[in-house]
Amino acid sequence: MNRLLMLLLVWIFLVPGAAFAAGPSVPLDAVKVNVHDRDALQRGAKLFAGYCMACHSAQYMRYTHVARDLGWSAEEMRENFLFTRNQAGDPTPMGDMMQAAISDKDAVEWFGVVPPDLTLSARLYGEDWMYTFLRSFYLDESRPLGVNNSVFASIGMPHPLWELQGYQEKVGYENKRPVFELTQPGGLSPEEYDSVVQDLVTFMTYLAEPIKLQRESIGPWVLLFLAGLTFLFYLLKKEYWKDVH
Amino acid sequence: MHKAFSALLSWVFARYPVEKPWNEHMAQYYTPKNLNFWYYFGSLSILVLVIQIVTGIWLTMFYKPDAELAFASIEFIMRDVEWGWFIRYMHTVGASAFFIIIYLHMFKALLYGSYKEPRELLWINGVLIYLVLMGIAFTGYMLPWGQMSYWGAQVIVNLFQTIPIIGPDLVIWIRGDFLISDATLTRFYALHIVALPLVLFLLVFMHIVALHAVGSNNPDGVEIKEKKDKTGKPLDGIPFHPYFTVKDLVGFGVFLIAFFAIIFFIPDGGGYFLEKPNYEPANPLVTPDHIAPLWFFTAWYTVLRAVPDPFLGVVAMFGAVLILFLLPWLDRNPIKSIRYRSDLHKFNIAVFAFTFLVLSYLGTQPPEPFLGEMGLRFSLVYFLFFFVIWFHSQPRSRVFSYAAFVLLVGLYTIYDYLRLETREVQLIMMSWLIPTGYLALCLLGPLFTRLNEEKPVPDRVTS
Repeated sequence: MNRLLMLLLVWIFLVPGAAFAAGPSVPLDAVKVNVHDRDALQRGAKLFAGYCMACHSAQYMRYTHVARDLGWSAEEMRENFLFTRNQAGDPTPMGDMMQAAISDKDAVEWFGVVPPDLTLSARLYGEDWMYTFLRSFYLDESRPLGVNNSVFASIGMPHPLWELQGYQEKVGYENKRPVFELTQPGGLSPEEYDSVVQDLVTFMTYLAEPIKLQRESIGPWVLLFLAGLTFLFYLLKKEYWKDVH
Repeated sequence: MHKAFSALLSWVFARYPVEKPWNEHMAQYYTPKNLNFWYYFGSLSILVLVIQIVTGIWLTMFYKPDAELAFASIEFIMRDVEWGWFIRYMHTVGASAFFIIIYLHMFKALLYGSYKEPRELLWINGVLIYLVLMGIAFTGYMLPWGQMSYWGAQVIVNLFQTIPIIGPDLVIWIRGDFLISDATLTRFYALHIVALPLVLFLLVFMHIVALHAVGSNNPDGVEIKEKKDKTGKPLDGIPFHPYFTVKDLVGFGVFLIAFFAIIFFIPDGGGYFLEKPNYEPANPLVTPDHIAPLWFFTAWYTVLRAVPDPFLGVVAMFGAVLILFLLPWLDRNPIKSIRYRSDLHKFNIAVFAFTFLVLSYLGTQPPEPFLGEMGLRFSLVYFLFFFVIWFHSQPRSRVFSYAAFVLLVGLYTIYDYLRLETREVQLIMMSWLIPTGYLALCLLGPLFTRLNEEKPVPDRVTS
């Protein structure tokens, strides 16, 4: 017991300084994501198609899935989400995977890299990271494209949502958190912009794991069934074990 | 109709002894009636094995073992295959569940001395199962071909590089290439879905045969076979079927509730069952910031990192696993169950469990000085446990106790003295107290306290 106490003391005494050394270098802002909010999903999807898919693919996802899960008809999909044409010049079929509008060859020529696929970004980086990232672009003349990002240093892409957010400058730090100042206002107020980013992150969370829409509503029924079954098993066990002393 | 059916049955029974294995392993296998909570994990591991086999078969129908296609085929399963997500989550969560269950099952053996005579081979067989399971988990983790699959495989395969002389060639032989590539993926696939499961099956079969030959241990550590009634049935035994089949069903139910709760609500287990970096396809040119193996390997990973020399680190890591084989011959105390062992033994087991948890946690963290130092100290405690459990086999003399204490503490103190650097002096001195306090209490405690007193073992099982 003595040793256990001692150990506990050592841990309480020594751990705090060390345990938080790991983790992201910039504190992240928390975002509330509700993939069951269909309006937010649809708004986010429009943003994704309009601002992201020119350069980024979501090649593990089919347009038909988005249409089904967001409740869009074929016409509505063409109106809101599916604007591209395939190599033959025909409108991209709905059953296709979601490819970027830009070709890999052009992308390498213009940006030096093929922009990463975004299907799984929300699972790779997490919702809070995405939310913070999309709100952390700032002007930086030392970068070829004139912008940098405090979450993703030396980023190789321009600020995709600049016409919504405008441009901001990094003026300092407060509790390790960068402080930005809007120098060129965009089309939206900062509050509106945050809400737009939240919609976009909501859609990308869905995009990373479409089944999230269903599995959380199937789950309770499965557990309810298993609870009933387990109770029956328990009664059965009790009955059989009556004569064991 | 009924007559024809019973005629058919007797025709079959005359040619195949259906009832013989049934009686031997189920209806007439006498099991101690006092088995407690800890004894659910044996049958649960069979349940999880079946889940893994069935879901694994379905996954092979859609998965493509090809470096170009593997990653996309997993997403195909998650999105386009009907209920594919469900099958895959069952398989990935099942892998972690398997290890949780096996660890608890092994801990049960530790609590009740189930590795002691006559169950030494049963224990060894079980440790072999654990080794094969680690092989299956490792080869399986590579298949999604994500960043962590790739770099985790890179780290583990490179361990063999540290072996003197043959290391570099051995690693090329394992990989089938000069780097982890498609050739490695396809052979790991073969190992994961055929070779290792076959070995696992054989070992599990032998595990059950060995268990049913020597009989189940129980929380009192009393051999029920020694007290039989006139008909030759153990007085404290009841037939496995129907008593334990129905009891294990309750365990299955409770387990499945937890299992499916994870699958439906937190399938990635907070990043521990499915690691975030694995959602990015493998890229040989980009190393992730922080490579951590899956949680069930991290204790051994900490031992590996605790030793500065790579080869010695690998030796220590494998040693940490392989030393489990020796347990039946280290713990020579005639009392099996922890219930009748001394308080110091109970403390020792608790320290061991705690140490394993700490090592597992440390393995998930970046090797920063404080955590690295803790990794070293707790790795040491891990190995010292095996000395202490041997030391507690019988009462030791005053001289022997002091000699053992001074020798062991002296050894690592010399090592500490050699590595003293101005910057970390305080850390080294503080953490020196961890193994030293542990040894002081366990080795010298019996000289000054009554903590090493054991209790009489009852004749028959209690309750």
